[in-house]
Amino acid sequence: MQPSVSIKDLSLNFGNVKVLEHLNLDIAQGEFIVLLGPSGCGKSTLLNCIAGLLDVSEGQIFISGKNVTWEEPKDRGIGMVFQSYALYPQMSVEKNLSFGLRVAGMPKAEIASRVARAAEILQIQPLLNRKPANLSGGQRQRVAIGRALVRDVDVFLFDEPLSNLDAKLRSDLRVEIKRLHQRLKNTMIYVTHDQIEALTLADRIAIMKNGVIQQLADPHTIYNKPTNLYVAGFIGSPSMNFIKGTVDGGTFTAEDGTKIPVGAYDFAVQPASGAKAVLGVRPEHILLGDAAQGMPFQTQAEIEIVEPMGSETLAWTKVAGIPVTFRCSSDIPLHAGDKVTVGFDIARGSLFDAQSENRL
Amino acid sequence: MSQATAINAPAPSRGTVSGTEPRGPRPKPFFTPKKIIIYTTLFFFSLYFLFPLYVMVVTSLKTMPEIRFGNIVALPAAPSFDAWVRAWTSACTGLTCNGLAPGFWNSVKITIPSTIVSIFVAAVNGYALVNWRFKGSEVFFAILIFGSFIPYQVMLYPLVMITRELGIFGSLQGVIVIHTIFGMPILTLLFRNYFASLPQELFKAARVDGAGFWRIFFEIMLPMSLPIFVVALILQITGIWNDFLFGVVFAGTQNLPMTVQLNNIVNSAQGTPEYNVNMAATVLTGLVPLIIYFVSGKLFVRGVAAGAVKG
Amino acid sequence: MADVATQPGNMAGTSSRRGFLHRLFLHNLSAKVAAIPMIATVLVIFVGCTVWTIYYSFTSSKLLPKNTFVGFDQYARLFGTNRWNISITNLLLYGSMSLVLTLTLGFLLAVLMDQKIRFESAFRTIMLYPFALSFIVTGLVWQWIMNPTLGLQGTLRNMGWTGFTFDWISNPRMVLFALLIAGLWQGVGFCMILMLAGLRGVDEEIWKAARVDGIPTWRTYISVVLPMMRGVLVTAVVIIGSGIVRLYDLVVALTNGGPGISSEVPAKYVYDYMFGGGNIGQGLAASTMMLLSVMIIMIPWAYLEFGGKGRR
Repeated sequence: MQPSVSIKDLSLNFGNVKVLEHLNLDIAQGEFIVLLGPSGCGKSTLLNCIAGLLDVSEGQIFISGKNVTWEEPKDRGIGMVFQSYALYPQMSVEKNLSFGLRVAGMPKAEIASRVARAAEILQIQPLLNRKPANLSGGQRQRVAIGRALVRDVDVFLFDEPLSNLDAKLRSDLRVEIKRLHQRLKNTMIYVTHDQIEALTLADRIAIMKNGVIQQLADPHTIYNKPTNLYVAGFIGSPSMNFIKGTVDGGTFTAEDGTKIPVGAYDFAVQPASGAKAVLGVRPEHILLGDAAQGMPFQTQAEIEIVEPMGSETLAWTKVAGIPVTFRCSSDIPLHAGDKVTVGFDIARGSLFDAQSENRL
Repeated sequence: MSQATAINAPAPSRGTVSGTEPRGPRPKPFFTPKKIIIYTTLFFFSLYFLFPLYVMVVTSLKTMPEIRFGNIVALPAAPSFDAWVRAWTSACTGLTCNGLAPGFWNSVKITIPSTIVSIFVAAVNGYALVNWRFKGSEVFFAILIFGSFIPYQVMLYPLVMITRELGIFGSLQGVIVIHTIFGMPILTLLFRNYFASLPQELFKAARVDGAGFWRIFFEIMLPMSLPIFVVALILQITGIWNDFLFGVVFAGTQNLPMTVQLNNIVNSAQGTPEYNVNMAATVLTGLVPLIIYFVSGKLFVRGVAAGAVKG
Repeated sequence: MADVATQPGNMAGTSSRRGFLHRLFLHNLSAKVAAIPMIATVLVIFVGCTVWTIYYSFTSSKLLPKNTFVGFDQYARLFGTNRWNISITNLLLYGSMSLVLTLTLGFLLAVLMDQKIRFESAFRTIMLYPFALSFIVTGLVWQWIMNPTLGLQGTLRNMGWTGFTFDWISNPRMVLFALLIAGLWQGVGFCMILMLAGLRGVDEEIWKAARVDGIPTWRTYISVVLPMMRGVLVTAVVIIGSGIVRLYDLVVALTNGGPGISSEVPAKYVYDYMFGGGNIGQGLAASTMMLLSVMIIMIPWAYLEFGGKGRR
């Protein structure tokens, strides 16, 4: 099956600044792809290139098998939802939805049925005669999605659609977008800097930095097998604990001399003996007390700070002389100054080459 | 089916004509009809805007016989500043023939103190309106802004009576007071908006430290207001320099500003008009605001736009 | 507080009144002292002088203001005067043409400037510099350009285009257009700057959304952007409109009301009667009419701006 969207060797320069560099990306029909990264990483730029709102410097873009590199946005078969909603403020919701179709000269009956369908899907029928100024943020964003919906296109582009909403609404609309995707089964490309949105929505996540895709994989792989230090540090909150040291056969030696057995680790690349490496372990993979007993690595540690979060507790301690956070059930009573046993299994952690920062 | 209607028929890609797949940036022809229309329109408007400046300067550099030849657009055969010298020193402004020089100095004498006083008063107003609101202060401000739209002619005669009572009618002080009054709405708006945009914590911190009205104004607000002072300065210097009505009514015959003298040279001249001298005088009068305009650039635009931004 | 509560009622009343007076005059005393120039300007000049003018426009004041009431006599005479009637007709004709053309040309030029053109700042400098000049300078330059024998008309006739006519300044039927050309020359750049600021204020994503929707650029300007600029448009109308009512210097410099009285305007009528003709009552009545015409522009605006905000 041909990919729904295909980006081939795409580069974009603004003057001498390289914003995107030789980017390749194939997106399957019906797939939900999230472009994730900090601001300035090129994710929105890439989306604008796909939409045709920015001219590329090199490379090609295919949508539904058609080369659209030089096409106008309206001719690409895309619909787009913007962060600021970008609703036409002087038009009613109904006019907002139908404006593009009317300009394209579509028959009135067809426009009416498409608007009705979009309004039904998004449950905005009661709002059709209102002006955007009289809508809440969440309602505005639904209308913006509706404007993409009436275009009846294969590919939906979302440019940080939830960033202007408050936390509660954001999580509500997140679920709705997921529901929408399950119902419509369109290809969706979604740009965000929020890793929760990425992890919850995506079939695959593309993590970007400096105009380059660092890792393209499903959320589980991204979270558990980050391909390099950057991805490992970017995904996860609180972020992964890193311990510097050297790796030699089945043993990792931290800078303070602590030895951690890594025989159980599934090496992708076998490092040279004595190579400098970084060991990474997620806070929830560090176990405490009895649970730590069975772990390949255990150590005594003193709790320094306890942050109860309600459902769980975050604690700060030191392992191998390095500040480390771990997460445990809030049922376990923990206090600063407690001496505890902590341990983890490297099979659930990650090892990175200290030089190249790539996964070992 | 839905595809076809939503996306329209795909336009034939320009790339396929040459047989290559579209790749890289969209080809952009250097001359598109759109660009040609844009630049031609802008070009003709530029001609309209520049033509008077050109005519003004060219005429002022010609001799009268050359002007009588009847070609207003021709460059001067032998550019000479004679007319400029005559305009400055000996052109007749009504009864006296001392040129524009006295008018220039009168304008300087009016503009400098009027600018300083009006800006200072307005800065204090803006500061009081933002940081020291008192009962009714917003009402006074609203009337002030509405007052700026009242035609000057409405207040002209009573103002003559008031200034006469105060003994400043027909004097420099009189015209300075008038400029301060009529500059107040726009300048107060300017300063009020500027002070409102400063972080209020700064003012609160200073009050907690025990500083009073004037201390905060001089030691905290003024040092931070340089940009807006420059904008106000540009606005007032050009505005007061260009004034005609207040100068002719309130300044008195001894202090008539340059614009009034210029109008007298051209429109009350006896005998044959000397167009080169007239234009030289016009250029000279326009020179001060023009220099300020070209030097200040973006700040002038900001001052002009500030008048349009409501508080 | 407890003390006050046990006091007899009238005592509590006086003490609170003293508090009120204290608040009115002594609270923030330096701020109030500093605001005296503003308060005086507002009360004495903007309110006081305006009321005085309206009041005395109903008297028979001639050389000096007199307190003899004559009702609407001055106004009856005003509208019985040919020169005044020409003045207001001129103001209406010139005003409507100037307003419409300034706004349209200003918007058109702003749209052109908004097309990511090269030399934008050069074009802007060229369009705005007339605004920095005095109306007197503007009037005199155009008077010279429109000089029938030695100006543009004479030049083109000398070059062989003998039928060329550009005698608007000396033609009573065309003199308003002469004023218009000079007025537009000075004011269009300013309007363009206002409009451009309005255009630049439109969210970039609106433009992107319109492109994705396939709306042609011109259609986006008309249907989406222009309605969004309502605030800027209203402001421009108010500023340009109140400038038109004040029109005085330009007329004095360009035509001095001539030929004959064919380019007279109300502001000039006021000045001439007050300071030249020694007929203050007429001047005051005429200036009151000017005030009225500004009110006609201002009141709908004030209602839209402030009344509208209250309701939303």
